[in-house]
Amino acid sequence: MSNLAVLPIVIPLISSIILAFFHKKLPLVRSVAKLVSIINLFVVGFIITYVYNNGPVVLESGGWDAPFGIILVADMLSMTLVLTTNIIAVAAVFYAQHSLSQKQEEFYFYTFFLLLIAGVSGAFITGDLFNLFVFFEVLLMASYALIVLGGEKVQLRESLKYILINLFSSMLFVTTIAFLYSVVGTINMAQIAQRVQEVDQQGVLTTIGILLFFVFGTKAALFPLYYWLPKPYIVPNPVVSALFGALLTKVGIYSILRVFTLIFGHNPSFTHNFFIWIAGLTLVFGVIGALSTNNIKLIIAYNIIPAVGFMLMGIGVFNEASISGTVYYLVHDMIIKAVLFLIVGAIAYLAGTSDLRKMKGLIHHYPLLGWLLFVSGIVLAGIPPFSGFIGKLLLLQGAFSEGEIIIAIVGLLCSLLILTSVMRIFIRGFWGERDDSLTVHKKTARKLTIPIAFLLCFSILLGVGAELFYPSGASIANYLLNPEIYIEAVLKE
Amino acid sequence: MILRTTTTLIAFILFGFSIYLFLAGHSAPGGGFIGGLMTSAAILLMFMAYGHRAVTTILPINYRLLISIGLFIAVLTSVGSFLFGEPFLSQTFEYFYVPVLGEKELATALLFDLGVYFTVIGVSMTIILTIADDR
Repeated sequence: MSNLAVLPIVIPLISSIILAFFHKKLPLVRSVAKLVSIINLFVVGFIITYVYNNGPVVLESGGWDAPFGIILVADMLSMTLVLTTNIIAVAAVFYAQHSLSQKQEEFYFYTFFLLLIAGVSGAFITGDLFNLFVFFEVLLMASYALIVLGGEKVQLRESLKYILINLFSSMLFVTTIAFLYSVVGTINMAQIAQRVQEVDQQGVLTTIGILLFFVFGTKAALFPLYYWLPKPYIVPNPVVSALFGALLTKVGIYSILRVFTLIFGHNPSFTHNFFIWIAGLTLVFGVIGALSTNNIKLIIAYNIIPAVGFMLMGIGVFNEASISGTVYYLVHDMIIKAVLFLIVGAIAYLAGTSDLRKMKGLIHHYPLLGWLLFVSGIVLAGIPPFSGFIGKLLLLQGAFSEGEIIIAIVGLLCSLLILTSVMRIFIRGFWGERDDSLTVHKKTARKLTIPIAFLLCFSILLGVGAELFYPSGASIANYLLNPEIYIEAVLKE
Repeated sequence: MILRTTTTLIAFILFGFSIYLFLAGHSAPGGGFIGGLMTSAAILLMFMAYGHRAVTTILPINYRLLISIGLFIAVLTSVGSFLFGEPFLSQTFEYFYVPVLGEKELATALLFDLGVYFTVIGVSMTIILTIADDR
């Protein structure tokens, strides 16, 4: 049964290789990719129920005992995120066919897409710091290929920046792992955690923790390191932007969450106060960016940054309410960012421009799309019945109970401005007089809308069915605040 | 002329040495990665000496397909352990009597290495030939 933990990685990996054999036969490739995504979703669903009933699944690959071999740990946190990843993957694979050109699809799009999913799932599941690095590289390599697929001038320029910054942060990651290995002598996360605990995180260990924070902060686009994010995220095809916006930064934030609850949790007065500062600045600067532009894709890309700020705030506050809020917000934000990127991609395609000043009255032609944008806008901002509300409520509850009033007020104000930035798209683009000069593609619009509606259903379910999901969020928070459970599950003492 | 004559000799020595490195990986320095690199060095030498058209008629290999084949072999050998109820990536070995060579230890790690070998050849040749064909 322990092999269950590797299935979310192996299924997309094998199918991506198989798809590479006949990449030119598009109908076959499309149907296989769709089928594999759906099968993978069900497999992950099965694994998560298994983990829910029986506790974490630990796979010692190759049959080597815990600190010596590579460990894959499927616990509730990682499996929840893998499940969310696969829900997004299903929507993306159904959207891809209608938004990509035939040439892009033929040029191994589905192979890279499935490799990206395998890399992201692997980064969530692994229990080994160097293996985390390898999975980061797997997903980054796939993302390099996806960002440049199509080969337009602007894509080439932005992908250069993207690759440079990511290569730099990967190098820093390797260096930091080398430091950590020279201090504690192991790269298994559970054993590192145990050894850091033994010396009570003294000496150079906090420095290494902060270095790791900067590595993951670059991937997750936190305050001083976010400048690379917005432009490269809007140049590729909308479906690729949606995958990036939904998955890549969230892998960074997951790594921060994992590393700073499991390993470096013993000096919170320094590290976690630092996080709160960074989170506040991330919130403010991200929102300013989102308000500053008239490009609808750029508005959504900037909106990733304050969301990451919210999650970091939850990690910084570091109590049960705030950690469960972070987990809730993480899942919510993955889905809603995918929805928003897919919607603005569809709008930009249908209106023929992504400049807000050049579009008006789209609601006359595409009412369903307009209302989907409206609903996802209020889900993002956190209006009560929807999922953004519960995450933010928990985060604020945590912040107030720790006496972090300023960050809570900053968070509230930023929510308001996030709402403004998205509603601007709705008001300026969809309201107004009917624009008859527009060529209307009703049929394409319908095909693009179905995957968006599918994802939004999950988002609404997450908010309306909060009572169903809240207990597991709270139990994940409880689990994260007690790293002994993880260490015992892996090292089996 | 000198290059072509020496290439016929050197390329075969390189091939032989790369296969030796590939097989020796378990108990001596070597393995799939360096073996694959040496093999692609041999192929590359032939490309430099005889030109593109001649070599593609002698070795009609689609190197991009070779990448997929290599990856497929590597993943299948790791997943193969599922059939025996063992954890992912488990290896096994057995002693076989091979004619001429005598009693030899054969491990499934060699199959994984074969996957690496093919992938490395495929990747390096694809990179070089794609850049070379670019006009």
